[in-house]
Amino acid sequence: MIDAVPTVRAGGASLPVRVAGALRDVYIMTRRNLVHIAREPMQLGDVTIQPVLFTLLFVYVFGSGIPVPGGTYAAFALAGLLLLNLTTSSMGTAVGLTVDLNTGVIDRFRTLPMWPAAVMVGRSITDVLTATVCTLTIVVSGLVVGWRPETGAGQIAAGFGIALLFAYALSWLAGCVGLWAKGAETAQSFGFLVLFPVSFVSNALVPTRGMPDWLRLIVDWNPVSAVTAACRGLWGNPNPSAINSAWSMQHPIWTAIAWSIAIIAVCLPLASMLYRRRTTD
Amino acid sequence: MRENMVEAEGLTKRFGTVQALAGLDLAAPAGSILGVLGPNGAGKTTALRILTTLALPDSGRAQVAGYDVVRDPAAVRRNIGVTAQNATLDELLTGRQNLLMVGELSQMRRADARVRSEELLRTFELTDAAGRLLKGYSGGMRRRLDLAASMMTRPPVLFLDEPTTGLDPTSRYRVWSVIRGLVDEGVTVLLTTQYLDEADQLADRIAVVDHGRVIAGGTPAELKRLTGGARLEATLSVADQAALEALRPLVEGPFQISEDGRHLRAPVRSTAGLVTRVVRVLDAAGVDLEDVAVHQPSLDDVFMRLTGAIPESSVWPPDGQAAMKPELQEVIR
Repeated sequence: MIDAVPTVRAGGASLPVRVAGALRDVYIMTRRNLVHIAREPMQLGDVTIQPVLFTLLFVYVFGSGIPVPGGTYAAFALAGLLLLNLTTSSMGTAVGLTVDLNTGVIDRFRTLPMWPAAVMVGRSITDVLTATVCTLTIVVSGLVVGWRPETGAGQIAAGFGIALLFAYALSWLAGCVGLWAKGAETAQSFGFLVLFPVSFVSNALVPTRGMPDWLRLIVDWNPVSAVTAACRGLWGNPNPSAINSAWSMQHPIWTAIAWSIAIIAVCLPLASMLYRRRTTD
Repeated sequence: MRENMVEAEGLTKRFGTVQALAGLDLAAPAGSILGVLGPNGAGKTTALRILTTLALPDSGRAQVAGYDVVRDPAAVRRNIGVTAQNATLDELLTGRQNLLMVGELSQMRRADARVRSEELLRTFELTDAAGRLLKGYSGGMRRRLDLAASMMTRPPVLFLDEPTTGLDPTSRYRVWSVIRGLVDEGVTVLLTTQYLDEADQLADRIAVVDHGRVIAGGTPAELKRLTGGARLEATLSVADQAALEALRPLVEGPFQISEDGRHLRAPVRSTAGLVTRVVRVLDAAGVDLEDVAVHQPSLDDVFMRLTGAIPESSVWPPDGQAAMKPELQEVIR
């Protein structure tokens, strides 16, 4: 390698070159996150061990006491268990991001001529990959406890697509929380104080007919309920919410997609704003 | 007149009630080393964070490599390498992976990044540790890897915040020689340091910063001239008034005398044979001498004089010198 006398480097690369560079930065950041997971595999506990535990716990303990019209509890609960796990595991994003922001490595990234958003985008892509692991774990444990999808491949895939789109939206929501939280404990408590209620106050794990009207109104419009109902419908599993009169339960697929897009539309720009604020003195 | 690769004018920055910078001016011509010296909390790191696009100034302007740090941070980032005060690398990657990642995120081709990282690992004697995770590195190893990371792209401007803090003397000299080598290639370096000898050894120009502004600037030689000339220090076996009488024609100003009267200090004009003459006149006066020396002014003197970090009285008598050193370090860090 020849040592040239350094000269000032001009910018102004063409748009395609810049886009290619940005994509490469996202790839590098995603790869970095995956290396982290490989080094500390327990990070994957909430998408591998937890889904298996929840599936067994709900199907065998709660399921035996909860009658489901039109099918078994296992057939009913699988979509809900998928959503429960996707929702709660998104707090890993918030915690991971907070930890990242509190180490010096972000300062390093910010002095490099990279696409600054690659840090956040790379994380959201990592989240989709871990959400896929979560989905596979749920599917396998579901098949073991007796869940079966009853429809064609296209509809089954569409159900998983909607669930993963929602997981992607949640990763941006969790990203905002991670950027906003001062420490990992704050980010962690977000999971317990917000994500757990949101995933349980839904149709995910129990049929909603016995609920008082005011509660059912909340439950019917909860995005977790919409995504769960959409998956049940697309997989041909029991979906007692289909008889509910709320628009969201009559059109769960569109409601689920609309919720996901709305969350992304709000949280993505908010995350980039928070990121800039958090990383600029 | 060479163009300035780093230029700051009237930078101010306030954090809550703390005025970190109060109108800071800096300039580093291309291919030179600017040393920024100052006590703890003087604003050195804040200035560096602004120049490296990590912080925004409240007012004032700054250019690096000809680009404005506020209006064109992306262009600035293409031209700089930064070693911050705290380690800024990834704990869960190996040393080699860290360098590759920094290179690739700086748009280096992977093959080039690989060649460059091996080169730097050798330079900083990290080849043996290159495959280990960073969390197993010692403080000094992290520091060296951080320095290597800032040099991955051979940037024309390097910012080093206390580059040798925490390094053993051997590594320190090695880092110095690497920095000198880069400057020979035309790189411009801005470094902050708490070690006065480091500024003295490396810097072409020094800016002494205190309370957020530059209180003195110049070459190390110019700064030393600020404190006046050399000084004579003599230790007598027993206090003796005759010594003062004998020495008076040789000195340039009033004596400072320790309480027991055995230690004398006075400004002198440093000339060849001065110590010989001192010994001769004291011998002729029948005074027993234990120790005598002519001290050239050091940056320590300049620094204390300018910042008032240590009152002159506490530096004296010279028995206190040994005890003074760690205290001085403390004040300057």
